[in-house]
Amino acid sequence: MKLELRQVTKSFGSRNVLSGLDLQVHAGEVVSFIGSSGSGKTTLLRCVNLLEPIDDGAVLLDGDEISKIGRDPNPIRRRIGIVFQSFNLFPHMSVQRNITLALTQVLGKPADEANEIAKSLLDRFGLVEKIDSYPDQLSGGQQQRVAIVRALAMNPEVLLLDEITSALDPELVGEVLDVVRELKGSGITMLIATHEMNFAQEISDRVCFLDGGRVAEQGHPKQLFSSPSDERTRQFLRRVNF
Amino acid sequence: MLDIKIFAWSTPAIIALALLLAIARSSRNPALFPVRIFVIAYIDIMRGVPVILWIYLIGFGVPGVGLERPFNSPLLWGSVALVLTYGAYIAEVFRAGIDSVHESQRAASRSLGLSNTQTMRFVILPQAIRRVVPPLMNDLVSLQKDVALVSLIGPIEILRQAGIDKAKFANFTPYVAAAIIFLLITIPLTRTTDYLLARERRRTSATRVR
Repeated sequence: MKLELRQVTKSFGSRNVLSGLDLQVHAGEVVSFIGSSGSGKTTLLRCVNLLEPIDDGAVLLDGDEISKIGRDPNPIRRRIGIVFQSFNLFPHMSVQRNITLALTQVLGKPADEANEIAKSLLDRFGLVEKIDSYPDQLSGGQQQRVAIVRALAMNPEVLLLDEITSALDPELVGEVLDVVRELKGSGITMLIATHEMNFAQEISDRVCFLDGGRVAEQGHPKQLFSSPSDERTRQFLRRVNF
Repeated sequence: MLDIKIFAWSTPAIIALALLLAIARSSRNPALFPVRIFVIAYIDIMRGVPVILWIYLIGFGVPGVGLERPFNSPLLWGSVALVLTYGAYIAEVFRAGIDSVHESQRAASRSLGLSNTQTMRFVILPQAIRRVVPPLMNDLVSLQKDVALVSLIGPIEILRQAGIDKAKFANFTPYVAAAIIFLLITIPLTRTTDYLLARERRRTSATRVR
């Protein structure tokens, strides 16, 4: 099992966001999370790469409990990349430097090698001419693609995509989703929180519907979208007109 | 000329001290809690008392304990007083800059595996310092003004050298009393402001990253 969540509980103040969530993800699997806003999709992803400490339960990566209190999160975060809804590029750095910062400072790669990695990845995703631009000079779609490249440059085993198209104009969504489509075959394990039902159906090996801080229903996208068994899933899909 | 000399060597020292204080105060390491408390107390005390009073207290007080030349110069200790007080003022400017960098920048940096220190150095500080340049300039202008206060105590140094050693026998009680009164006003004021700001931040900002 690549990634496992056991009875994960997380609350903010008096609000329980995750309440005893269980999940198992195989290596190379693409799992999407759907659910109304506030259902815990984002929190779930942030707990996986330890940005949020969990209150109870355990997160396991390759069978190793990474959520233990006092454990240094940095070596684990190198193995788990995340792309955020709001891109979160570093505005004072060029595209190249955004990508190479962690390569040189965290992985200790020499500058030449880091630049080479940045260049070839940017080239792969059609962004190489933006290598010297600054984030504010790019469109939202370009910024998000750079953010994906920044996460990929670390060569993570697991990639978390947190509503990566929610902050984009509709005509820019496609270019970002194309990047994810290309990644699907590469063997990387992906956890995707999304509102794009069509995309979730197309890309996922499995779709999980979150409700009440747990996985209320999960299954193959075809099955879950066409004949959901849980009443809450049916209601949700009706609400989003899917 | 003397003013410019004092200004020139105090400024880098002030900036360095201020950055150090601001970083210590913004640290999230639970082990550094005592350091944070110390820094907060230091900033409160230094800011709470007028600069002129510190210059008198340190500029005349420290040489008054009977140091040898050249360490008995009120000018030297007056400048030290300036560095200590302005370091505290400007630390708060830097802290405001650090706090103004959105939490998501820290999240992005930490998620790439950068440590807290690396995040501060490469991601937070470069953005924070850019943002506080205008208020920083403001403080450096008033520093220039206050440098004059130090050079004011220069002639008295000459008197000392002439053998009229007044400072040694000066009674500091009124100065200390004045300093305490100032602190009684400024510390509650600072705490209230801090409380209101923290409450505001809790209401408006995203959750904090470990």
